[in-house]
Amino acid sequence: MNLLEVRGLTTAFMTGRGEVNAIEEVSFSLKEGEILGIVGESGSGKSVTALTVMGLLPQPPARVAAGEVVFNGQNLTRMSDRDMQRIRGPGISMIFQEPMTSLNPVFSIGDQIMETIAAHERLSQADLRKRAIDMLDKVGIPSASKRLDDYPHQMSGGQRQRVMIAMALACNPKLLIADEPTTALDVTIQAQILDLLMDLRDEFGMAIMIITHNMGVIAETADRVLVMYAGRVIEEAPVAQVFDRPLHPYTRGLLECVPSLTEDKPRLVAIPGTLPEPARRPPGCRFAPRCSHALPACSEAIPGLELLEPAHAVACFRAKELAPA
Amino acid sequence: MTTPLVTATGLSKHFEVGGGGFFGLRKAATLKAVDEVSFTINAGETLGLVGESGCGKSTLGRLLLRLIEPTSGTITFDGNDITRIGRMEMRGYRRSMQIIFQDPYGALNPRMSVEDIIAEPLVIHGERPGAETRRKVTEMLGKVGLPARALDRFPHEFSGGQRQRIGIARALVLHPRLIVCDEAVSALDVSVQAQIVNLLQDLQREMGLTYLFIAHDLSVVRHISDRVAVMYLGKVVEVADKKTIYAAPLHPYTQALIAAVPAQHPAQRSRGRRQRIAGDIPSALNPPSGCRFHTRCPHVMPVCRERAPELREAAAGHQVACHLTDT
Ligand SMILES: Nc1ncnc2c1ncn2[C@@H]1O[C@H](COP(=O)(O)OP(=O)(O)OP(=O)(O)O)[C@@H](O)[C@H]1O
Ligand SMILES: Nc1ncnc2c1ncn2[C@@H]1O[C@H](COP(=O)(O)OP(=O)(O)OP(=O)(O)O)[C@@H](O)[C@H]1O
Ligand code: SF4
Ligand code: SF4
Ligand SMILES: [Mg+2]
Ligand SMILES: [Mg+2]
Repeated sequence: MNLLEVRGLTTAFMTGRGEVNAIEEVSFSLKEGEILGIVGESGSGKSVTALTVMGLLPQPPARVAAGEVVFNGQNLTRMSDRDMQRIRGPGISMIFQEPMTSLNPVFSIGDQIMETIAAHERLSQADLRKRAIDMLDKVGIPSASKRLDDYPHQMSGGQRQRVMIAMALACNPKLLIADEPTTALDVTIQAQILDLLMDLRDEFGMAIMIITHNMGVIAETADRVLVMYAGRVIEEAPVAQVFDRPLHPYTRGLLECVPSLTEDKPRLVAIPGTLPEPARRPPGCRFAPRCSHALPACSEAIPGLELLEPAHAVACFRAKELAPA
Repeated sequence: MTTPLVTATGLSKHFEVGGGGFFGLRKAATLKAVDEVSFTINAGETLGLVGESGCGKSTLGRLLLRLIEPTSGTITFDGNDITRIGRMEMRGYRRSMQIIFQDPYGALNPRMSVEDIIAEPLVIHGERPGAETRRKVTEMLGKVGLPARALDRFPHEFSGGQRQRIGIARALVLHPRLIVCDEAVSALDVSVQAQIVNLLQDLQREMGLTYLFIAHDLSVVRHISDRVAVMYLGKVVEVADKKTIYAAPLHPYTQALIAAVPAQHPAQRSRGRRQRIAGDIPSALNPPSGCRFHTRCPHVMPVCRERAPELREAAAGHQVACHLTDT
């Protein structure tokens, strides 16, 4: 059984120009212990997908216009706020894109971790403290028992990110959603945090949904990958397939425009144009205005996500004829 | 033949920080953002400048343009010492050196039209707004790939990549010789980043520009640079041509930095295979004694804690500051 099933999820926002869909017909699943990477450029709908799964978008202005989220056999889309509270923490927990917004500057990090645990488990103060120290140890904060009473501003960016991970892990979640967990960090610290996430998966069998705009982070961590463009999933495949045999013109473009660390290229292969805002998305295939393979028919209907090869789905009318032999 | 366009010698910038703080308890202290740095940028080349957050890259870029005054050291531009010349004399050089920033939103005045934004440097340097400035602005728009009808529009009507093009047009309108690109493509989506990197390279060829390219993305820096300098806590620790520095780095910090870059293919995953450096970057306010990297260096020796290694030529065109190579 899949730990998480997302089916046909469409989330709309009320804006000055009427209601617009931030994400459309997003479907995917996740097994226990699996790392799913979600990659896409800014505004493609990665965070909205994660926040919809977590039930954390304020409604209104947001509205789940269609689809459902099933976690561990329970339908979260129809769940009350109170029941949803019980899922967050021991069921699903999340590391947010902006670290400082989710740590409270006026409480010590120890208090914040203990409060998270206390919301779900009845433990004595001494046991809570012990668990908090354990968690900080686990995420590699040196002399954890001494740092427990420190405040967020007394820690470096990398340490704050570790504290956030400790908080997210405090209730042993079955699924961890990590939204750009390393984007604000330097590369040497990023490498440490990515190693840590994978160690935790190996140790606890936790499933991880890792959201990033960085193909390198995907290459380092993911088992399976979803590529998003303009609010839709346009390709889904095991990680090696995505890199060796990308079938969507956008995925191919995304891989080609990254400069190499070992080879000289005289020029980068850029994708012309920019990602459209939700209210200005073109009709039909959202990528058509930027796609060098576009035909008039591409703008008439939206291509659906279809299995083209085993475990490899793509949303492009021409994927089959364009696929390399 | 390589001719130096800019030379920095023993350049330092110290900031006085602190004092006050909670209950006035904190003592004032000196932060050595850039500490005794020497290097050259040759005419027509791109020197990449990398290093982790807070190591002093932006401070160094601003020092070269004299947007901030050095604490000590000298800067020469085209063979002339510009470190202590007065404001009027500096104006002549200002035309030749421009900077492009990371944030295409913050850097452009939202109430000015694109024409006024791009013409402003011309006006500051004494030209009257009119047909001639309009001609120059239109020419620059074309060079950066924007249509002439963009002239009377305002920054908010453009995407991030287009705004960065406007910023580039503004920097180039005076036909400068040196451009400091401070994280100029870092905030852009990869597909747009590639467009702007290509544009910067085309303009360099066309206009004979020299770049100091500051960025934290090591693959972009490799692509655009001829040579690369690596900084750690206010010091330049290694300089070499790009092939050498990526394929055979000599400084342990450069080695760690390159090893930490995420793999470009899942078959090359680095976890468990590549050496990691532990720990965080120490505070610039209280840097380690001797070699500043010694708290994280896997090869640390007793001498490293006592004496700071100097930047020396380890091979032709390859400079390193490390006691290991210092024999
Ligand atoms: N509260 C909101 N009201 C209106 N539109 C919104 C809201 N939140 C997000 N959106 C829109 O939904 C789209 C998807 O946003 P989302 O934050 O999911 O993008 P993302 O892929 O996470 O991008 P990034 O890489 O920049 O974090 C964007 O176009 C955004 O403008
Ligand atoms: N005006 C200032 N007053 C005090 N300290 C400063 C000032 N400007 C910079 N610093 C400090 O100098 C050091 C170098 O800063 P700088 O901005 O040059 O780093 P950077 O390498 O550009 O970092 P980033 O990659 O984050 O942009 C930092 O410790 C910074 O806090
Ligand atoms: S459907 Fe058409 S426009 Fe869209 S990606 Fe495929 S070929 Fe390009
Ligand atoms: S001088 Fe010593 S501590 Fe510094 S990088 Fe070299 S070996 Fe490491
Ligand atoms: Mg996001
Ligand atoms: Mg900077």
